[in-house]
Amino acid sequence: MRISPKTATLLVLAVLVALSPFFFPSNFYYRIGSLMFVNAIAVIGIVILTGYAGQISLGHAGFAGIGAYACALAPVHLGLHPGIAVFLGAAISGVLAWMVGRPILRLKGYYLGVATLGFGILVSMILTNERDLTRGPDGIDVPDLGLRALVNGLGLNLSNGQFWYFFSGICMILGAWIALNLFNSPAGRALRALHGSEVAARTVGVDVARMKLQAFVISAVYASISGSLLALQNRFVSPDIAGFMHSIEMVTMAVLGGVGSVLGAVIGAGILTLLPQVLTIFAEYEQLVLGLVMMLVMIFLREGLLPSILKRFRGRDE
Amino acid sequence: MKKTLSTTALAAIVALGAGSAALAEIRIGASISATGPAAFLGDPEAKTLELLVEELNAAGGIDGENLRLVMYDDGGDPNRARTFATRLIEDDEVVAIIGGTTTGTTMSILAVAEDAEVPFISLAGAIEIIDPVRPYTFKTPHTDRMACQKIFEDIQARGFTRVGMISGTDGFGASMQAQCKQVIGDYGIELVADETYNPTDADMTAQLTKIRNTAGIEAIVNPGFGQGPSIVTRNYKQLAIDLPFYQSHGVASDGFIELAGADAAEGIRLPGTALLVANLLAEDDPQKPVVDAYKTAYESHTNSSVGTFGGYAHDAFLILTEALGRADATDPASIRDEIEATEGLAGTTGIYTFTPEDHLGLDLSAFRMLEIRDGAWTLVD
Repeated sequence: MRISPKTATLLVLAVLVALSPFFFPSNFYYRIGSLMFVNAIAVIGIVILTGYAGQISLGHAGFAGIGAYACALAPVHLGLHPGIAVFLGAAISGVLAWMVGRPILRLKGYYLGVATLGFGILVSMILTNERDLTRGPDGIDVPDLGLRALVNGLGLNLSNGQFWYFFSGICMILGAWIALNLFNSPAGRALRALHGSEVAARTVGVDVARMKLQAFVISAVYASISGSLLALQNRFVSPDIAGFMHSIEMVTMAVLGGVGSVLGAVIGAGILTLLPQVLTIFAEYEQLVLGLVMMLVMIFLREGLLPSILKRFRGRDE
Repeated sequence: MKKTLSTTALAAIVALGAGSAALAEIRIGASISATGPAAFLGDPEAKTLELLVEELNAAGGIDGENLRLVMYDDGGDPNRARTFATRLIEDDEVVAIIGGTTTGTTMSILAVAEDAEVPFISLAGAIEIIDPVRPYTFKTPHTDRMACQKIFEDIQARGFTRVGMISGTDGFGASMQAQCKQVIGDYGIELVADETYNPTDADMTAQLTKIRNTAGIEAIVNPGFGQGPSIVTRNYKQLAIDLPFYQSHGVASDGFIELAGADAAEGIRLPGTALLVANLLAEDDPQKPVVDAYKTAYESHTNSSVGTFGGYAHDAFLILTEALGRADATDPASIRDEIEATEGLAGTTGIYTFTPEDHLGLDLSAFRMLEIRDGAWTLVD
């Protein structure tokens, strides 16, 4: 039996999540792991938007902010359970993405990048300045999801860090599974077709604007859920989550790992989450090293880490 | 006795995997916003902590044991602060944490520290940090509410009743604005104008003109920190407004006078700490020795003048090391108890007395009303 690339990717991810803890020197690494997985969810969304559909968003942190604040605000103002707030945030993000994307994605070119840039800054400003609603720049507490107590009630004894490591890991694998299914579906093929050439895609009957819009909405929902998980894990959220740098970080992770590949997205998210922790030795030079890594990858591994390395291996086989 | 120089670099290398070798040293942690939007707070705090650790170890450490400081820069991001707090506790195995330059980062560290039952001394202003009181969390700066009270006390003493406010929308300004509105009624003062500006704005003349034209206004208060208040001060001078003008403790450093210009800052009053008027303190002032020592050390070490913020870090370090000296320094619970038992300890900010109900330990007397005259700080009696 031959294993399909989809099954292979999911297997690799499952093994990664399950076996990594055996190599953790301390419990701190559960925190790093769960941050990696949460980031990876948002980056998988970027892969769908940028890798499949060829569009660029510079405001995805705005959606992460909406997802995160939904978990903080819906329980307080609407009396909803934070678990339900995750879906509320995802729905709001999806609708907003649809509203932003619908007029813009009819156009060719990089208009979406500019529009999302504005959108992200807008969300960040609202979260900062609407003090009565969001408690402003100092941030706001997020209620407990309650899932850990439930899981531990079944006889497990997970620490907070361990619980969030495995929970985020499972969510990431689910996210990857959906993205991989999309990749192989008619919609995914249509997206890849329009990425290659919009004109050619249109002539074979692909509704280009609609497909791009779909990809944008789906990726916004990924970012929103990633923001929700981060807020629930931290039990606290501040407007920094919707900041411009966070948007750039997501795109950078996708590009570093390989923007067309789900596994590459996870690797990119992993490296850029871990690197700042390793680079605390260099303190002031952290940004410098990060920039250097990016430049080297762009020059020598132009398609991103994973696809370039895979290609090199395959090239040798032939 | 073996002496080691404690630097972040060294600490980080150890943290990265050399592991937890059982050295005879006490490890404390810090997560400070030495870069990012709150760098002007975090930078002097980081320098102060490094300086004090070096001094303490050179003087023989605590009960003969060296103190090692593991310090990370969270860049003002609460998410990173939480990660570093987890790292300090789980990986570096520190016995106590100093830090949280901003309220946001403090709230993140606080959750981790309380979970792990590790004592934590915050350097941020908001009242939420210590109200309600949490067992392991303490803080050294005054609350914004106390600054408001000090200002309104002075306004009341001068017989004014109608006040306008112009506040920054940053965390500090917005929080102080809200606190001031809560207490203003206690002093029989009416808020007749309430304007805001964004921290990056380059001109506030529009808001100031509106405030000046408010009927019957008698004084103006400017809650905010960073460059905003300097611009407000310059605009104030340009518009030739001659109402009494109050700044907040957020700008209590020589940098503010330089940035606003001595001419524009003339006559401004603000609630500050003893640190700014070290040379004016009475010889028998209980804060005089500690203020003088810190000022001399900091200024010779960094070639820059001391400010209130570095003083917060100094006091946190002082409270912690005093407690470590009395406590079993390997047991966080014992350290916590000793921090809470701090009584009458003179720091640069004020005289600290913690109780189980009060984890700030300062009262209004710790603030001194200062006035800028000829580009220098003077005490208002």
